[in-house]
Amino acid sequence: MSTAVLSAATRHTTRDSLRQTLALSKRSTWAILRQPALVFPSLVFPLFFAALGASSFGRAVGKLDGLKDVSSFLEFSLASTLAQGVLFGSTTGGTALATDIENGFMDRLLASPSTRVGILVGRLAGGSVFGALQSIFFIVALYPFGVRIQSGIIGAFIMVLSGALIAMSIGGFMTAMALKTGSSEAVQGAFPLVFISLFFSSAFFPRESMTGAFKAIADYNPLSYLVEGLRVLTLNGLTSQAIAQVLIIPIAIGVGSVALSLRQLSKRLAQQ
Amino acid sequence: MSTTTQKMLPLEPPSVGGSLFASSNMLSLRAMRAIRRVPATFIPTLAMPIFQAVAFAGTYFAITKIPGFPTDRSINWFLSLSGCMGGAFSGLGLGFSAIQDIENGFMDRLRMAPTPRAALLLGPLLSSLVRTFVVVTTVLGFGYLFGARPTQGILGILMFYVAAFGLAIVATGWGLGLAYRFRDMRGAALMQLTLFLVLFTSSAQAPMSMMQGWLLHIARVNPATNILRLSRQGFLNPPVGGVSWENTWGGLLAIVVLGTLSMWFAYTGLRKLDE
Repeated sequence: MSTAVLSAATRHTTRDSLRQTLALSKRSTWAILRQPALVFPSLVFPLFFAALGASSFGRAVGKLDGLKDVSSFLEFSLASTLAQGVLFGSTTGGTALATDIENGFMDRLLASPSTRVGILVGRLAGGSVFGALQSIFFIVALYPFGVRIQSGIIGAFIMVLSGALIAMSIGGFMTAMALKTGSSEAVQGAFPLVFISLFFSSAFFPRESMTGAFKAIADYNPLSYLVEGLRVLTLNGLTSQAIAQVLIIPIAIGVGSVALSLRQLSKRLAQQ
Repeated sequence: MSTTTQKMLPLEPPSVGGSLFASSNMLSLRAMRAIRRVPATFIPTLAMPIFQAVAFAGTYFAITKIPGFPTDRSINWFLSLSGCMGGAFSGLGLGFSAIQDIENGFMDRLRMAPTPRAALLLGPLLSSLVRTFVVVTTVLGFGYLFGARPTQGILGILMFYVAAFGLAIVATGWGLGLAYRFRDMRGAALMQLTLFLVLFTSSAQAPMSMMQGWLLHIARVNPATNILRLSRQGFLNPPVGGVSWENTWGGLLAIVVLGTLSMWFAYTGLRKLDE
C-alpha cells in the first residue's frame, strides 16, 4: 500500500518537475527573444562577417590549401557563421540569468516549490531553442546567395541540432559564471574569451593554410573540429565522421559545462 | 574667511588664452589619471588591437601566398589595421568618459566652471593623442615580436603613427559629439558600431586588388581606405607600398576633412548640451 502511494507521489513529482522545467524553458526562450538589443547583433554580425569574408577572400578560393575544392567562400563561411552566431547568442542566456539574480527574481524562484535542476535546465533549454532558431536563420538567410547544404535536409537538420547543442554547452559555462558572480557585467565580460577561442581555431580559414604556433593552437582547439564537421556537411555531404564531430564535441563540452553550473547552483543554494 | 574664499575662487576669470591651455591640460591629465585609477577602461583599448593583429595575421596567413599580395608577411598587412583601430578606440574612450561625466553630473560642474568651452574639446583630444601614442607603440612592439618588419625605415613608422593619430582625432570628435547628443550609453554603442563598420568596409582585411563584389565598391569611396594606405606604406613592398606622396595625400586629406567635420560635430553637440 505504502509502496503504491510512494510510487504515485514520485510519478506526480516527476510530472510536476517536467511541467515546471517546461514552463521555465518557455520563459527563458521568450526572455531572450524579447530583447532585440541582444538578439539582433548575434544574427546580423555573423552575416556581416560572412559577407565581408566572401568579398575580401573570394579570390583565394581554388588557390589556397583547404580552399581548392570549394566553389564559393560564402559556402565555406556558413559553418563559421553558424558557430559564431550561436556562440555570441549563448552569452545572452547567461546574462539573462545574472539579471534575474540581480533583480531578485532568482531568489523568488528558489523560494518557490519548484525543482532546482529545472531552473537550470529551463535556462539552458531556452538558450538551446534560440541556438536552433539562429542556425535555421543563417541557413535560410544565405540560401538566396547560393549557399547550398550538400548533405541535404538531413544534414541541415543535424546542423540545427548541433547549433542547439553548442548553445547548451557554451550556455552552461555562461550560466556557471552567472551563478558564481551574480553579475550580468561579469558574464558579458567573459564573452571575449569565447570570441578569442573561436578566432584561434579554423573557423574563419582552413587549418591546412595555417603555420607555426597558430596552427598548433588550432589543432588543439576542439572548436576547429566542430566547425570543420559543420563545413563537411555543407560542402561535401553526409559522413559519419562529420556527424560525430558536430554532435559529440558539443555534448562532451556540455557535460562539463552543465556539471560546472550545477555545482555553482549547489554552492549558491548552500550560501542561502 | 572672505579673503580665503577669494584666494580659492578668483572672481575675475583668467585670460582666455592661458585658461584654454591650462584647462585643456588639466582635463587631459584627469583623463590620463583615470587610466591608472580604473585600468579596466583602458585595457580593452590596448588589448584588442594586439589580439586583432596576432589573430588576423595567424588566421589569414595564407592570403600572402596569393600572387600580387603586397607583402609576404601577414602581420605587416594587419598591423596597420590594429594601429588605426587602436587610435580610433583611444579616441572613442574619451567619448565613453564624457558619457560617464554627463551621467554622474561632473559635466555640469565643468560647464559651470569659468573655463573656455574649447577646453572641453581640446582636453580630451590631447588625452586621446597621448593614449594613442601608448597604444600604437605597444602594438608596434608586439607586431615586431610576431614578425612585423617595416620596409621603409623610420619614415614608414612615422606614417603609421600619423594615420593612428589622425583616426584618434576623428574618433574623439565623433565620440564626444555622440556623447553630448545622446548623453547615455546608447551613444557608446553607436560610437563603436559606426567606427567598426567604417573600418571594416575598407581595405582592412584584403587589398583592393583582391576584393570583389559589394565591398570593392564601398572600399573605393571609403576614406578609411586612404588612411589605411597612409598607414601601410611603410610596411608593404613597392609598388603598392613604399613611402610616396601618392600613398600619403589621400590619407592626409581624409584625416583633415573627417577630423574637421568630427570636431565640428563635437562642438555643436557641446552647444546643444549648453542649451
